[in-house]
Amino acid sequence: MTTAVADHHHDEVPKGITRWLFTTNHKDIGTLYLWFSFIMFLVGGAMALVIRAELFMPGLQVVNPHFYNQMVTVHALVMIFGAVMPGFVGFANWMLPMMIGAPDMALPRLNNWSFWLLPFATTLLITSLFVPGGGPAAGWTIYPPLSIQGGMGVDLTIFTIHILGMSSILGAINIIATILNMRAPGMTLLKMPLFVWTWVITAFLLIAAMPVLAGAVTMLLTDRHFGTAFFSAAGGGDPVMFQHIFWFFGHPEVYILILPAFGIISQVIPTFSRKPLFGYTSMVFATAAIAFLSFIVWAHHMYTVGMPLSGELFFMYSTMLIAIPTGVKVFNWLATMWRGSMTFETPMLYAIATVALFTVGGLTGLMMAITPADFQYHDTYFIVAHFHYVIFCGSVLAMFSGVYYWLPKWTGHMYDETLGKVHFWLTVISFNITFFPQHFLGFAGMPRRIPDYSLQFAEFNMVSSIGGFILGFSQLILLWVVIKSIRGGKKATAEVWDNPEGLEWTVPSPAPYHTFATAPEVR
Amino acid sequence: MTERNVRKSNRRVTGWLSLWVVGMFGFGYALVPLYSVFCEITGLNGKSATLSEVSAAPLTIDKSRTVTVEFTVNVSGIPWRVDRPKTVRLNVHPGEATTVIYEAHSLVDAMTAGQAVPSVTPAKAARHFRKTECFCFTRQELVGGESKLMPVTFVVDPKLPAEVKTITLSYEVYPANENLTNNS
Amino acid sequence: MIVSRFKKLRSAIVATAGAGMMGILPTVAQAEWALNLQRPVTEIARVQYDLHMLIMYIVTVIGIIVFGVMFYSIAKFRKSKGAEAAKFSHSTKAEVLWTVIPTLILIAMAVPSTKALLLMEDTTESDMVLKVTGYQWGWQYDYLEEDVSFFSKLATPQSQITGNETKGENYLLEVDNHLVIPAGKKVRLLLTAKDVIHAWWVPQLGGKKDAIPGYINEMWIRADETGTYRGQCAELCGKDHGYMPIVVDVVEEAEYMAWIEAQKNKS
Repeated sequence: MTTAVADHHHDEVPKGITRWLFTTNHKDIGTLYLWFSFIMFLVGGAMALVIRAELFMPGLQVVNPHFYNQMVTVHALVMIFGAVMPGFVGFANWMLPMMIGAPDMALPRLNNWSFWLLPFATTLLITSLFVPGGGPAAGWTIYPPLSIQGGMGVDLTIFTIHILGMSSILGAINIIATILNMRAPGMTLLKMPLFVWTWVITAFLLIAAMPVLAGAVTMLLTDRHFGTAFFSAAGGGDPVMFQHIFWFFGHPEVYILILPAFGIISQVIPTFSRKPLFGYTSMVFATAAIAFLSFIVWAHHMYTVGMPLSGELFFMYSTMLIAIPTGVKVFNWLATMWRGSMTFETPMLYAIATVALFTVGGLTGLMMAITPADFQYHDTYFIVAHFHYVIFCGSVLAMFSGVYYWLPKWTGHMYDETLGKVHFWLTVISFNITFFPQHFLGFAGMPRRIPDYSLQFAEFNMVSSIGGFILGFSQLILLWVVIKSIRGGKKATAEVWDNPEGLEWTVPSPAPYHTFATAPEVR
Repeated sequence: MTERNVRKSNRRVTGWLSLWVVGMFGFGYALVPLYSVFCEITGLNGKSATLSEVSAAPLTIDKSRTVTVEFTVNVSGIPWRVDRPKTVRLNVHPGEATTVIYEAHSLVDAMTAGQAVPSVTPAKAARHFRKTECFCFTRQELVGGESKLMPVTFVVDPKLPAEVKTITLSYEVYPANENLTNNS
Repeated sequence: MIVSRFKKLRSAIVATAGAGMMGILPTVAQAEWALNLQRPVTEIARVQYDLHMLIMYIVTVIGIIVFGVMFYSIAKFRKSKGAEAAKFSHSTKAEVLWTVIPTLILIAMAVPSTKALLLMEDTTESDMVLKVTGYQWGWQYDYLEEDVSFFSKLATPQSQITGNETKGENYLLEVDNHLVIPAGKKVRLLLTAKDVIHAWWVPQLGGKKDAIPGYINEMWIRADETGTYRGQCAELCGKDHGYMPIVVDVVEEAEYMAWIEAQKNKS
């Protein structure tokens, strides 16, 4: 007992590999999550480059169609479940306790466990590419009956989803417990930074949505091997039912990927505008509204399955409703910038790019909400362009913004501003070269998930591939910036930026191994 | 809060949230029967009405109205040829019972077993299309080279929405498997 | 001197790059850079096209306003220009305004969308019925009233796909047996599939619809003009998903009658 207490008060950092294997420290676990996320980002990115290489010109040059389908599937799974979700959990681990004035997460040992599930799960997924029959090739949505046809790779994918789901559920429970129970005295709910708010709402979404996905893939597994017929028409089941259950999870999942990003942006923009966040309360309510609506719009992913008219109308109207709270958020960010005193360091550049390009994705989303028009857009490259604008520009650019924003707090050194800006401009410009033309490809009629295409799509695909390669290799600059900042550089002050708001800026940089062992006073 | 109180509180939150997780996993499964009920009410996916006693009770025949019923059939993965009824389309009055006959032929010498899954379009007509006799979802066996008549008796409910003029009844014939779940 | 040499070098690079592009792109002659939906030839496709343009204009205007405010702020309120930060953090008036105005815009968008949907779902009073069955990897067409049935598969030779032969004009969009339908007739399509889910889509004839095993879906088309229209399967259906095109010949009614007779005699 006495030693434990002593440990708490000395700032001794354990050494060696065991530090990382057995750590229960929220900062260590946050670091692990963030590195894991970045590695997965590169792995998923490499798969994207295989896809873009094959699509560089018409005809089959690089891979065969079956492998192409595996790349499409695994790229999506790795990016969603391996890069974006763990990335945000990493931010949550590092920042939530510091933001609410807590010494650590509520359940530190569970925290260690939920991280170490991840490497096993993704290894399983990558292994599936090498088993007989290859990896999953039915798209990340694994629609039956196609996914029933697949080989052992599909089973490995199902287990991967189970383990990843378990990991994020445990993470979510931990986050909710931390936010509910560990706040410093005086940190009332409506004083919490917006990043904390978006995460608590995200965590509730995770707890509600992930188990449903686990159920759906379990049914798929028993359909494949144990003779049930949930989704097989021949046995009296219904393949469309899978789509309903899947998207009941899938649409909240989209907001799981984006809400923490909104949180990061809402921290960064006020700091560099030197002005408090506009409409804090309406931001909180808008986030909650988006989360609620996410459970009643799922079938807008499946307008073409042949729903009755009343269903199509209901899902069209409810989907259009989401534009209102989302618009509120965008307008609030703009109003925060309005009459501010802005400077444009890398985090701010990324935050502005997130708002701008996410708006593009949001507006194309509104186009797709319109059922009759969606009959043309559905399953084309227009959709591919849309969700990359939303997930890459919404989630990933926001994470970049967060990395540059908090990196001095994590490492104690300022990052290289010039390199940061080079990374920013290369990323944003090449992203648009890659994905903007895909809107046109979709309009012109190019279906998604095809390894080869007719000649009318050749030009834009070539442009898109060139952009894709620049985008991919630009990300190595981020790695360089981070390593450089870990190894040295200008010492960062506790505040780092110009009078930023939040408890995390009251502790020194780098943040000590243990912070807020005694709770801070919150006015 | 003291440290002990926080721990207690953490345990409570964890407990409640875990229960919720288990509940949501269960809810995923509960969606299966819920979905079936939902489909039957709305006719989603062309699930036609059940063979209940009620549907077998005579309905008043609406002579003032005729509805065209079309028949098609598909065969998947079984060496059969199934012929749809001689008439492609039939004009019927709502409320009157009509029987049509599908005919299955085995194309191989061995014994084969199949089963048929019905589907009705448009979706909004599905729940008003009642089959009082049907070979759907039951195991049908054909010994080598045999042919079999498979009758369907149906009634179109007079409550059928007025804008529906044509109904299509489609069967998909599959090889029968052991675990036949009848949830139509 | 140095400058001119640099210029020469640059033009040389441009020329080689250009030539390289020409070599890679066998299609430069027919480069399309198509930016918008294909030209609609049915009522449904036209309604979709108009709706698409309407929504796109609305969305573009919203986008311009958002970007305008953003870039104005970036240009105007920068510290380097001596901008002082204001202190305000909310304004009920503004917040009500930007909740109500989008709501009104959405309602304005919902009205034509609902109308379009009602039109698309009205499959009554059709002139003929055509059953479309997707399978791995091709389509089967049944003219139910005529007892005509045939399969339709990709006709592009493998050698063009692997690049041993120059790609033809309709690379990957050509099939052995075209679907033939009469112009000006309302054709009701019944869609189903044998193995996995497919989706039947010819952009110029209107939207797509899934073909699902065990179930039957319906849609309708009425083509206004004769011509050949091409499309593809639009739902991932396995290895050769990219290789199951659809080709529809819309012909005059008389020509259609002659064709269907010929088909009957064939079988």
